[in-house]
Amino acid sequence: MTDGRDPAVADGRDRAVAASTPAVTAAADGAARLTVTDLEVGVGARGPNVVRDISFTVQAGEVLGLVGESGSGKTTVALSLLGHARRGLQIRSGSVLLDGTNLVALDSGQLRAVRGARVAYVPQEPSAALNPARRIGAMLSEALQAHGYPKAGDRVTEVLREVHLPSTPDMLRRYPHQLSGGQQQRVAIALAFSCRPSLIVLDEPTTGLDVTTQRHVLDTVRTMCRSYGVAAVYVTHDLAVLNGLADMVAVMYAGRIVEMGDINQVFGSPLHPYTRGLMAAVPSPSRAEVLTGIDGQPPRPGHRPQGCSFAPRCPHAVAACRATTPEPVVMSGREVRCLRAAEIPPHDSKRVALAISAPTEQAPPMLQVDGLAARYGPAQVIFDASFGLEPESCLTIVGESGSGKTTLARCIAGVHPNWSGQMTFDGVHLATRARDRPKQVLKRIQYVFQNPYTSLNPRKTIGQIIAQPLEHFLDLSLQERSDRVIGVLDDVRLGRDFLERYPDQISGGERQRVAIARALVVGPDLLICDEVTSALDVSVQAVIVELLRRLQHERRLAMIFITHNLALVRSIGRDVVVLQAGHVVENGPVDQVLGHPHDPYTVSLMEDVPKLASNMDTQERFPS
Amino acid sequence: MAADNTNVLPVSAGRLRRHYWLATLGRAVRTGKGAVGLGLAGIIVLLAAVGPFIARYSPTQFVGVPFAPPSAHFWLGTDVLGRDVLSRVLNGGWVLLIMAACATVFGVVVGTACGVSAAYLRGRSDSLIMRAVDVFLAFPQLVFALLLVSIAGPKLWLIVLAVGISHAPQVARVLRSATLDVTERDYVKAVEMQGVRPVKVMTKEIIPNLVAPLMVETGLRLTYSIVIISGLAFLGFGQPPPAPNWGIMINENRIGLAANPWAVVVPVILIALLTIGTNLFTDAVASVAIGVDRKPEEAALIDDVAPQAVDVP
Repeated sequence: MTDGRDPAVADGRDRAVAASTPAVTAAADGAARLTVTDLEVGVGARGPNVVRDISFTVQAGEVLGLVGESGSGKTTVALSLLGHARRGLQIRSGSVLLDGTNLVALDSGQLRAVRGARVAYVPQEPSAALNPARRIGAMLSEALQAHGYPKAGDRVTEVLREVHLPSTPDMLRRYPHQLSGGQQQRVAIALAFSCRPSLIVLDEPTTGLDVTTQRHVLDTVRTMCRSYGVAAVYVTHDLAVLNGLADMVAVMYAGRIVEMGDINQVFGSPLHPYTRGLMAAVPSPSRAEVLTGIDGQPPRPGHRPQGCSFAPRCPHAVAACRATTPEPVVMSGREVRCLRAAEIPPHDSKRVALAISAPTEQAPPMLQVDGLAARYGPAQVIFDASFGLEPESCLTIVGESGSGKTTLARCIAGVHPNWSGQMTFDGVHLATRARDRPKQVLKRIQYVFQNPYTSLNPRKTIGQIIAQPLEHFLDLSLQERSDRVIGVLDDVRLGRDFLERYPDQISGGERQRVAIARALVVGPDLLICDEVTSALDVSVQAVIVELLRRLQHERRLAMIFITHNLALVRSIGRDVVVLQAGHVVENGPVDQVLGHPHDPYTVSLMEDVPKLASNMDTQERFPS
Repeated sequence: MAADNTNVLPVSAGRLRRHYWLATLGRAVRTGKGAVGLGLAGIIVLLAAVGPFIARYSPTQFVGVPFAPPSAHFWLGTDVLGRDVLSRVLNGGWVLLIMAACATVFGVVVGTACGVSAAYLRGRSDSLIMRAVDVFLAFPQLVFALLLVSIAGPKLWLIVLAVGISHAPQVARVLRSATLDVTERDYVKAVEMQGVRPVKVMTKEIIPNLVAPLMVETGLRLTYSIVIISGLAFLGFGQPPPAPNWGIMINENRIGLAANPWAVVVPVILIALLTIGTNLFTDAVASVAIGVDRKPEEAALIDDVAPQAVDVP
């Protein structure tokens, strides 16, 4: 590879010259920019493989969406496109051809010349990716100078304009913390595009952004790729985000691409059972539907079964699936890695509509909140919030990050003492702090936390965790207590095998079931669910939402379900409260609020929430 | 942490997992550093424990001329008053070790109580406890211990108390910051929502999650205790003179360093090896415990499986 260095460097210089003129010549549409062949990444040289048999092509101006759940290997693939493997991992075989240069074969010096200049990376968390001690302008021109751009200043102005940020001196002098999350992500995108790369790799760049900002960032990415002939690989776990952005989609499962093809085809009529499962699990913002999750969990590297990795969770698996590893077959214009792709009946895109009983006669509210104002330190985060919750109904609270929805929930639960206003529960005034409330009231209001990875004490067994509230609230014999713990474990579909396990021995979905069991074991009347699915994969989210809905119905619970995901509201809620920056902007039955929103904020939320083509009423997509 | 009997359901108990600290110690021993450290410390402790029973002479008996070099009768020679150095060495460790252990336990218990309650209660209690800690921290440990001993006289229990108290502020600092992290975890919020009393929240939910920093602090404080207590003995605060004590031996035999160096060198080496051993083992525990205590959500929120989590054959 002695001759590999010079073309790379020379090409970088050429681009430097070309960059001063906005018209980019190299972007001949239709040419394969990126060709990945038989890529395999594993643990060390002999350990288990993390991803394997990865082959795909991305054309100039095209966006490939790489979707998969946690542990599917999508980030590993994304990083190997930069010739990088995380610590402990190694790119074992295969090639990553970018405009004819094999990135995998380059040495570190050559890679340095290529990275940033010809292949760029946009990380997940812009606040962590931008150096907090450096100004925006300095960071932008640094990358350009490193790759030999003569007029860095002009290019900085240009690229900032391209990502719709003002390129004023004031902007260039700012530090990352002086920008909003969306602006930070735009700066990260500007950094990536500044040297006019051929390929840009985006690793879930909109996670953590609110839907409106997300939509603007996605629009920017798409426009930039189209107009400069950049090939892009967009990694995400959120299928809906890809709609209108990606041209092609590759679905990953257990380290392999299981289905790949044109996005309209794959999302319109998915062939692989895993893709079908994922599609069925995505909630729809436009109508109430029963969500179907995928039972079980994906196998980890080194523990992947023989044959098809998905076979243990697949409803269509036969004996042959467990014996032979399926090779990709081309069907209806796409590659599918499934032995039975042709046999399984076509995907039934009709999903079961869900009837959530409309408010009946005016029952007196179980929980009534009036004029609640809460402060977090010196800042006021909730202003004059008022709403009511009827018995046995589910109220959803929607809002973006920072809207105060978790603080609101914690005020109700009594662990955020810094609030004023009036709260009554069954007509009885609720004290500010949990400690000052009578035990009987505390027992009736239970809470499920957002993150199941921090809500279970790692030093206690599942049995001890669930038994703890019983000990505190009820005076039961050991036998009664044990019976109730096992009963509630069965209720959340875990079973008594889990009693002796520790939280770190079970998956995220199972942890969240344990957290739900802990809340339900004392028999509450009101369950507060604070973003209970946001740390989980979409297939697990569907299972948990269905579980909650069943339990709510069976146990006649009143429930407050807090979420940032507007689409979930339809699947569970009867009433909805929309929070914006601490203000209740809309409040009423779900159909009425989401169907005919009045407040401009709710209107824009409904417009900007990413939708999957298959569960949209009309063929409305992002304008392209 | 002690298994909480009221919490245990009538089902068979888990094995080693129930004792997280034992598992961590086991892993530490399996590292090279841990094995060497435990080996060194173990040899010295064994020597100090069985020494009194195998010593040939009484440690206070005059058996020869002062500062006689090593011979067949006196393997390490004799000391300033003509007593057998080997017998004094064998007898002179156990008091020191027991004092060091007591001081460490006392210091860690007091420090943990202060640190955890300061971090959990916050507000006024936090300021009160931590400002007191700051005042104590302003005195160098040895000077502080000397001060206490010189006020109340060289009583052994007082030395233990003084050394223990001088550890407490440092332990409190470390445990406070560890507690601040744990307090923010949702499992603590979950029991607070039930209106559980603060003392119970701290003992049942928080302290079991501080095992790792507690073990590291204990090891570190043990090392310091040994050094400070033998240092005090060297300065004459400790057991009264005829008693054998490694610290006293170093001091009283200094003058004969040229005639019989072993009377000084051997106690010095023993103290050094002991502290090196405890320190190495503590280091091993710390590195293992950090690996064990990696926040699970970090591993889980990273998109792919972290390579460390994979079993490499």
